[in-house]
Amino acid sequence: MKQVEHYTKAMNKGKILSRSIWVFHFCSAACNNCDIEILDALTPRFDLERFGIKLVGSIKHADCMLTSGAISRKGATRLKFLYDIAPKPIAVVAIGACACSGGIFQSGYNIYGPVDRIIPVDAYIPGCPPRPEALIDGIVKVVKKLRA
Amino acid sequence: MIEKKVKEALGNKIVKWEKKNERRYYIEIKKEDLEEIAKMLFNDLKLRFSIASGVDTIDHFEILYHFSCDEEDKFFSLRLRLDKKKPEAPSISGIITAAKWIEREMWELLGINFVGHPGLKRLLLTDDWPKGVCPLRKDFTNEQRPKA
Amino acid sequence: MSKDQKRRTIIPIGPYHPLQEEPEFFELEVEGETVKKLNIHIGYNHRSIEKLSESKHFDQVTFLVERICGICSTSHPFAYVQAVEDLAGIEIPERAKYIRCIIGELERLHSHLLWLGLAGHFIGYNTLWMWAWKYREIVLDICEQISGNRNHYAMMIIGGVRRDIFNKEIDELIKKTESLNGPLNMFKGAAIDDPVIGARTRGVGILTKENAINYCVLGPTARASGIDIDSRRDSPHNSAYDLVEWNVPVLTDGDVFAKVVVRILEMLESVKIITQSLDRLRDLKEGDIQTEVREIPAGEGIGTYEAPRGEVFHYVRSNGGNTPFRHKIRAPSYMNILSNEVAVIGGDIADACITLAAVDPCYCCTDRMQAVEGGKIKYDWKQLLKLSQEKTEKIKKEI
Repeated sequence: MKQVEHYTKAMNKGKILSRSIWVFHFCSAACNNCDIEILDALTPRFDLERFGIKLVGSIKHADCMLTSGAISRKGATRLKFLYDIAPKPIAVVAIGACACSGGIFQSGYNIYGPVDRIIPVDAYIPGCPPRPEALIDGIVKVVKKLRA
Repeated sequence: MIEKKVKEALGNKIVKWEKKNERRYYIEIKKEDLEEIAKMLFNDLKLRFSIASGVDTIDHFEILYHFSCDEEDKFFSLRLRLDKKKPEAPSISGIITAAKWIEREMWELLGINFVGHPGLKRLLLTDDWPKGVCPLRKDFTNEQRPKA
Repeated sequence: MSKDQKRRTIIPIGPYHPLQEEPEFFELEVEGETVKKLNIHIGYNHRSIEKLSESKHFDQVTFLVERICGICSTSHPFAYVQAVEDLAGIEIPERAKYIRCIIGELERLHSHLLWLGLAGHFIGYNTLWMWAWKYREIVLDICEQISGNRNHYAMMIIGGVRRDIFNKEIDELIKKTESLNGPLNMFKGAAIDDPVIGARTRGVGILTKENAINYCVLGPTARASGIDIDSRRDSPHNSAYDLVEWNVPVLTDGDVFAKVVVRILEMLESVKIITQSLDRLRDLKEGDIQTEVREIPAGEGIGTYEAPRGEVFHYVRSNGGNTPFRHKIRAPSYMNILSNEVAVIGGDIADACITLAAVDPCYCCTDRMQAVEGGKIKYDWKQLLKLSQEKTEKIKKEI
């Protein structure tokens, strides 16, 4: 969290970033419900694309990383790698109960999450799965934080 | 009636025949007869191989092979008892291609060796998981897993 | 490496990319533009659920298994409670049987619509994606009205169902469900008559009946290759599938087109099952939805259910305590994904995405794994997806 504030103040990119956020999605050891709710938010009923929020395929193009799932062992190494190569500032959002705290899978032998044990997180959106309205609410909060 | 045909085909290879109810039959067999019996059930009687499950009862290992007769809604589960100190069973992946993955999984999570399998390598866990540490065994604790 | 292997280039599909939400790793070995071999690696989603369920009560395990997969969220609890009911010899009241079927079929509708949308995207028809998911929202609305949540309905319990459907709401629910008939018939017409979809999917990714039997595939993948199995019809214990009228669509071509058509026909059958079940509920007494269960004796039980992707299998063994001693879970995709080894061989790379997606892989059910092997990367996922979409454009111009 402190990293984001530091970079934002230093380079004043926050204001530019918050106009039209490009998000990169990462999931590991998830049941994929949160991922489907993210895609749901792009469909006509909720339609995040009208705000300019787009899903991109490479972390290098992203302003925000959405993570879901309790992180498995392989996912943990990948997640750290992705965060390290991501151009800063990048906001990290943990979506769903599993990403926020491990959820029901906390004591599993292959679970190395939750996300904030591996990388710093800026926003938590709990729920199992969180409704698209909750996702939009979370993203609005991230935008406000980046603008501040 | 399919159970009569199964009983006839297996003949004196049956160590114990247990009928739990109209739809579930548990048949204990010796591991030397496994390949022949699998051929009889899969090729001759055309039963569908559903899956195999390995169980760590505390004093020995068991593998159950579940075959399904869809027309009559009956499951025939073959039960094999294995010694805990050296758990080994013949592989049936030459007869039933679908058994390739489940034998790898049982090898990985329970430590049962399948003789004759084309390639026993890790299926679900990371390659750097320590050898001999089998998560599904009853004596496994989370402390034994590798660090992040 | 032999000379042959040196000439083959390896194209990885995966592990993480935007529209295939589930991480997995398919490695295609190609020569030129033809696929020669497929290596599949799974395991990114291994969550040790079988071990976790040994430490939870029988009732808590129902909620745990719901979260195996977000899409087949009801199938796993359905099969699990069947397994425990088989273990203990429990029968459930009739009203509960109908409610179980209703929820199961609603889930099938939403899952197939989801798949239809993704298939449309892989072929390059983004409109199909948006329309399929728009009608999916209606299904999720019905689910919310019945159970309170868009996914993870938490309706199953050992001995029956947890929530009842109010008789006074039944007319409205029937109307909403029947309103899906129109769009479904439109999708059916679009899929069967459209020349471009036909050109992209007919004859592509064929799985012969013999291979299908050897790999023991399940669900629509099997029914598209001529194998007539359906756990709902074959094993309707403790559910209402033998009390309503419906059919099982089976086709014999085994290609991607057959899989598309089987799923669309199944959706139409699902609407029939739901409306008939809702109708029957009117005559049954409200509130009689659970058999009381005192304790689970020692023993073993097997439960199966036909998830949207195929048969889900749960095996539960109990020692007489209040947690399962061993819980084995097998999702249908475990068997279906392996069959891709033969379905994709000999085809074009541009067809690879649609063939791999046609078995409707649900990796979270399968506990996938992943590894990378050497070789030069020729095309990455985005390029492969683009190849697939470009092929469609080419075909459109020719027709």
